[in-house]
Amino acid sequence: MDSIYFIVQQMLIFSIPLLLVALGGMFSERSGVINIALEGIMLFGAFIGALIIRLIQNNVSPALLSSVGFGQLVLIIGLLTAGITGLLFSLLHAYASINMKANQVISGTALNLFAPAIAIFAARSMAITGDTQKVPFTNQFLIRKVPLLGDIPFIGDLFFKQLYISTYIGFIILILGYIFLYKTKTGLRLRACGEHPQAADSAGVNVFKIRYLGVALSGFLGGIGGLVFIITTSTEFNASVSGYGFLALAVLIFGQWKPIRILNAALFFGLMKTIASGYSGIPIIKELPIPSEVYKMVPFLATLILLSFTSIKSQAPRAIGEIYDTGKR
Amino acid sequence: MNKPKLILFGELTDKKVNVMSSFFAIFAGLLFGLIIMIITNANESFQAFFTILFGPIGGLKSIGKVLFYSTPIILTGLSVGFAFKTGLFNIGASGQLIVGAFVAVYIGVRWTFLGPSQWIVATLCAGLAGAFWASIPGILKAYRNVNEVVATIMMNYIGIYLVTYLVKLTIYQSGRNESQRVNIDAVIPSFGLENIFGPRSVNGGFFLAIIAVIIIYIILEKTTFGYELKAVGFNRDASKYAGINEKRSIILSMIISGFLAGLAGAVIYLVGTGKAIEVKDILPAEGFDGIPVALIGLSNPIGVFFAGIFMGYIREGGFLMQRFGFKTEIIDIIIASIIYFSALVIIFKEFILKAYKNKLDKKISRGDNNG
Repeated sequence: MDSIYFIVQQMLIFSIPLLLVALGGMFSERSGVINIALEGIMLFGAFIGALIIRLIQNNVSPALLSSVGFGQLVLIIGLLTAGITGLLFSLLHAYASINMKANQVISGTALNLFAPAIAIFAARSMAITGDTQKVPFTNQFLIRKVPLLGDIPFIGDLFFKQLYISTYIGFIILILGYIFLYKTKTGLRLRACGEHPQAADSAGVNVFKIRYLGVALSGFLGGIGGLVFIITTSTEFNASVSGYGFLALAVLIFGQWKPIRILNAALFFGLMKTIASGYSGIPIIKELPIPSEVYKMVPFLATLILLSFTSIKSQAPRAIGEIYDTGKR
Repeated sequence: MNKPKLILFGELTDKKVNVMSSFFAIFAGLLFGLIIMIITNANESFQAFFTILFGPIGGLKSIGKVLFYSTPIILTGLSVGFAFKTGLFNIGASGQLIVGAFVAVYIGVRWTFLGPSQWIVATLCAGLAGAFWASIPGILKAYRNVNEVVATIMMNYIGIYLVTYLVKLTIYQSGRNESQRVNIDAVIPSFGLENIFGPRSVNGGFFLAIIAVIIIYIILEKTTFGYELKAVGFNRDASKYAGINEKRSIILSMIISGFLAGLAGAVIYLVGTGKAIEVKDILPAEGFDGIPVALIGLSNPIGVFFAGIFMGYIREGGFLMQRFGFKTEIIDIIIASIIYFSALVIIFKEFILKAYKNKLDKKISRGDNNG
C-alpha cells in the first residue's frame, strides 16, 4: 500500500509542471502559433522565480523559514513572479511570429537559446553562489498533510499528503482553462484563429490580439510550470529544466491539443518518470530486469508511435504555424 | 529596359538581400552583446568586446582552437542547413550526433583489430549511425505525415537515453562515470596540422568538414538529385506531380542530414585529448549549435562553413575575454540574439529595400534611369 501512495504522490509531483506547461502550449498552438520555446520560457520563469524566493528567504527570520504556512505565501509570490516573467519573455516570440511574420520555429529556437544564456550569465555575474550559476533556496513548501482532508483514509493518503500547493493550482488551472477554451466567447475565437484565421477575421475577430493572448497565456503558464518543476524536484535552480519543456510539447501532442487528454498524457508521462527515477522505492519494478533508461525513453517513444497513427488525419490546429497575412483572404 | 541598379551593391537580388540581412543580424547581435556588457561593467566593456572581435587572430594557438571549435559545428550546421534546403527542420542533430558518437567510440575502443584504418571505419560508421537515426523521422514524415520537428525532438531524447544505456552496458568506465578512452589508432590523425597549431588543437576532422562542405555544395547545386530534393522542399505536391518520388526524397534528405550529424559525433570524440561520452543524460550542445550556424549561413554550404568559423571564432574570443571579468555566456547571448534578429529578417529587408528605393527615386528624378 505504501508504495502505491508513493507512486501517486511522486506521479503528481512530476505531472503537474507538465500539465501546466502543456496547457500553456495548448493556448498558444490553438491560436495558431507554434511554441517550441516552452523550454526556454520555463527556464526563464524558474530563474526569476527562484531568485525572488531566495531574496525573500534571505530577508526573513529563521523562524519564518521553518513555517510551512509562510512557505506557501512565498511560493505563491514566486509562482506569480515566474508567471509574469514567462509572459514577458514569451512576448518576444509573439512579436516575432505575429507582427514580424517570422518563422515560428526559428523564433522559438532563439528563445530556447536565450533563456539559459541569460540565466547563467546573470547568475554568475551576480555571484550568487561563487562562480556557479546555481540559485539555491530553502524548500519550505512541502505540505506533509492537509488538515482534516489528510485524515480521510486512502484518499487522504493519495491526494492530501506529501504534496505541494502547486498540485491544486494545476488542477484549478486545468478547470479554468477548459471553461475558457470551450465555454467563453474569447475561447471560441481563440480556437477559430487556430483553425481558420481568415474566417475569424472576416467575422470581426482581431486575429493579432487573440494570438497575442494565446502566446501570453503560454508564457504565463510556462513560467509557472518552470518554477513548479524546480521547487518540487530540487532545492536549487541550476540553469536547466532538464528538457521538461520539450516533454511538455510531447504531452501537448500526445494530448491532441485537448485539455482533458493533456491531463491524461501528463499523468502517464509523470508515471513513467516516477518509475524511472523512483525505481528502487517500488518493490515490484525493482525486480523487473528493465533498466531505468527504458522508462525514461517510453514517454518519447509513445509520443512518436501515437503520432505515426494520428498524423495522417491530424487533429492539430489547422492554421498552426501559418503566418496570418491580412492580404491573403 | 535596363534593370534598376544600386551603385553600392550592384543589382539587387533576393540572394544579396538575404546575405545583407544575415550580416545585419550578426551586427545587431554583437551590438546587443555590447550593450549587455556595458550594463554589467561599463569600465572594461569596450576592451573586452574588442578582445571578442580581434583576440582570436592574436596567435596560431588561438586560430587552431577556433578551427577546432568550428569543425563539429560546421558539420552539424551543414546537417541542419541541408535539411532546411530540402524543406525539413532537423532539430535532431544532437540525437544523431550522440548516436554517431557512441558508434565511433565503441568501434574506437573495441575494434582494435582494424589497425591504422580504425579511425576511418569508426568515422564512417558514426555517419551511418547518424543517418539511421535520422531516417526514422524521415520515414515517419514521408509515410505517416509526422511533423519532423516534433519527431526529431523525440528522437533526441530516445537517442540520449539509449546511448547512456549502451555505454553503461558495453564500454563503461565506472570510476569516471563515462565511456572508456578510444584506442590510439582510432584518433583522427592531424595530417600535419599539429606542427602548425600545436597539440590538442584542430585535427584532420577539419579537412573532413571541408570535404563535406564541397560534397554537399555539389549535391545541392550541381546535380539533378539535389534539385529534386530542393523541389520537394519547395512544394511536395507539385514535385510529386512532376514525377519526383517525393517520399524517397524526404527520407534521403534526412539520411544525408543525419550522416553529417553523425560525422560530427566522430569528430568530437575521436580525439587524443581523452574526451569520453559522459553518462549524464545531457544532449550535446554541438548539435544545437548547428541550428544557428545553418541560419546565419543561410543554409548554403559555403555560408555554413563561414558561419561555423564565425561561431568558433567568437567562442574563442569569449574565452579570451574572460580575463576582463566577463562571463563567457555573453557569447551565448550574442548567438541567441543573432538568431532572434535573423528571425526578424523582414525588418532588415524592408530597411534595405527602402534605402534602395530612395536611391532609385533620386536617380529617376534626375532622369537617369538607365545606369
